[in-house]
Amino acid sequence: MTEPVLVATGLTRQFGGLTAVAGVSLELAHGVVHAVIGPNGAGKSTLANMLAGELRPSAGSIRYAGREISQLSADRRSRMGIGRSYQTTNVVRDFSALENCRLAAQSREPHAFNWLRSARSYRGIVEAAERSLEAVGLAQRAAVPAGHLSHGEQRQLEIAMCLATRPRVLLLDEPLAGMGAEESVSMIELLRAIAAEHAVLLIEHDMDAVFALAGVLTVMASGAVLDSGEPARVRANPAVQEAYLGEYDA
Amino acid sequence: MQDSDRLIRWLIVLGAVCLALFPLAGSTFYLQLLTKIMIMAIFAMSLDLIVGYTGLVSLGQSAYFGFAAYMLALASPKGAAASLWLTLPGALAATAALSLAIGLLVLRTAGIYFIMVTLAFAQMLYYLFHDTGLGGGSDGIYIHVRPSLALGDFNPVNLADHTHFYYLVFALMLGAYLLLRAVIASPFGRVLVAIRENPVRVRSLGFQVFNYKLGAFVLAGTLAGLAGYLSACQFGFVNPEILSWHYSGIVLMMLLLGGMGRLYGAVIGAFAFILVQELFSLEALFGDFARRWQLSMGVFIVLVVLLLPRGLSDLVERLGRGAAKRAAG
Ligand SMILES: Nc1ncnc2c1ncn2[C@@H]1O[C@H](COP(=O)(O)OP(=O)(O)OP(=O)(O)O)[C@@H](O)[C@H]1O
Ligand SMILES: [Mg+2]
Repeated sequence: MTEPVLVATGLTRQFGGLTAVAGVSLELAHGVVHAVIGPNGAGKSTLANMLAGELRPSAGSIRYAGREISQLSADRRSRMGIGRSYQTTNVVRDFSALENCRLAAQSREPHAFNWLRSARSYRGIVEAAERSLEAVGLAQRAAVPAGHLSHGEQRQLEIAMCLATRPRVLLLDEPLAGMGAEESVSMIELLRAIAAEHAVLLIEHDMDAVFALAGVLTVMASGAVLDSGEPARVRANPAVQEAYLGEYDA
Repeated sequence: MQDSDRLIRWLIVLGAVCLALFPLAGSTFYLQLLTKIMIMAIFAMSLDLIVGYTGLVSLGQSAYFGFAAYMLALASPKGAAASLWLTLPGALAATAALSLAIGLLVLRTAGIYFIMVTLAFAQMLYYLFHDTGLGGGSDGIYIHVRPSLALGDFNPVNLADHTHFYYLVFALMLGAYLLLRAVIASPFGRVLVAIRENPVRVRSLGFQVFNYKLGAFVLAGTLAGLAGYLSACQFGFVNPEILSWHYSGIVLMMLLLGGMGRLYGAVIGAFAFILVQELFSLEALFGDFARRWQLSMGVFIVLVVLLLPRGLSDLVERLGRGAAKRAAG
């Protein structure tokens, strides 16, 4: 396997007396989808929040690009190339789809902007935003306010915003949540294309998506890793079957 | 949508033309009243940048207004005119520095705490000027002669002349409006609006939210300083009242009245507030009740906020949409 891009070791997070994530270790590599599954409340989103910097770990380390990042802020990690999407859609609802992506693309410009020049006039940024909308199939909907897009389209927009920040690592928290069957199929295709160019952490309840995309599968329960490795093998593990996959008939 | 935007643009142009022509017709009394309103419009627009666009409700905006006014008063020699070319940039730079220092502290808080600490800093400044001899204590200081724009013998605009002063304030209000409009459309301004809507997402996109808020806070403070400087010029007098929290409250009410997050709403709010205040204090109309204009004002504001939650500018926008529909249908 290729050299890992991001390595988390012994990540732990407590909320008061509750240990939401208990000593989780995982690696993300370029071109590989690392899927994380587990029942509700297993600690998957908490894990993603620690990797993205929105929550500080109570213990453990995160190494990325040759350095320890577990104490860096969320915005710093984003600028270093760690992008994320949220379990519940999180876009700027008043902005058009294009403007959401323009905002994302703008965040990659290292220089300060002219405070008197219209955001629309920065060609490079607008084009980057248009490309990312194109990539998720939303080019036709560029001018529509994000709040008026369908649920599925908002999920796509979130992916487009991530892409516009040109990340190396993508942390996707249930990108298929609440999508219809048809939308799910095209989202899986989209994620497959994205995965070739990124290191992806995919949290998902949709097992079709997980087994279609995952190169590595980690199963969490009550904050801890139950099993992790090659998807077919993990799937056959009786403990995993019992804890989670029992509900899923393949 | 597009058509109502166009209508609003035309109304703004029309309003500007009326204001530009007003001195040809109006009396000195109304000239001075409009000058005062336009100064308050600059003040209200400055507040709109942080309250309406960035989503930070401040109850301390009078600190910057009053501070710049005091800077002019303290810099003015007795019985002679200060140079506007020195005192205006000086007062604005000092106000920017003050808002930077306060912003660095208060922007670490959010929500109700932000309201409280902005208020606390304004009150500290109030007591500083009220209880020490720094600026004449509670009596304040007179500015006997308005600042001068003279460069050597060349003196194109004479601020002691009501009409000249009116046009200077008019130009600066227009300038402040155009400046803020450009800022809001710029990449920086887009981030401010996104912070108001969804700060968590903005941060996870890689923006240093604090720095953006600080930029807005300092720009807003500096513009409030411009309004304060002009107000001190107009009235030739400063006292601690202009730093007090109810002055911050008045400008916030203007914003509520006109509608937040639209700039021209702040201007409409300043006009409506002061004109209605004048109306309610007319003894010819309201008799003895005129002395209790605050009461009528309160009822008026409550009615507007209940009927038009997005302020008086909502009325303009509804008219615009109606006109657009009629034109289309
Ligand atoms: N901010 C918080 N404060 C307190 N407890 C929290 C917080 N966030 C999560 N938890 C708790 O931590 C546990 C793990 O939550 P988490 O959201 O990570 O689960 P999840 O695996 O993402 O579940 P789901 O599949 O429902 O999204 C839950 O018991 C949850 O109630
Ligand atoms: Mg979750």
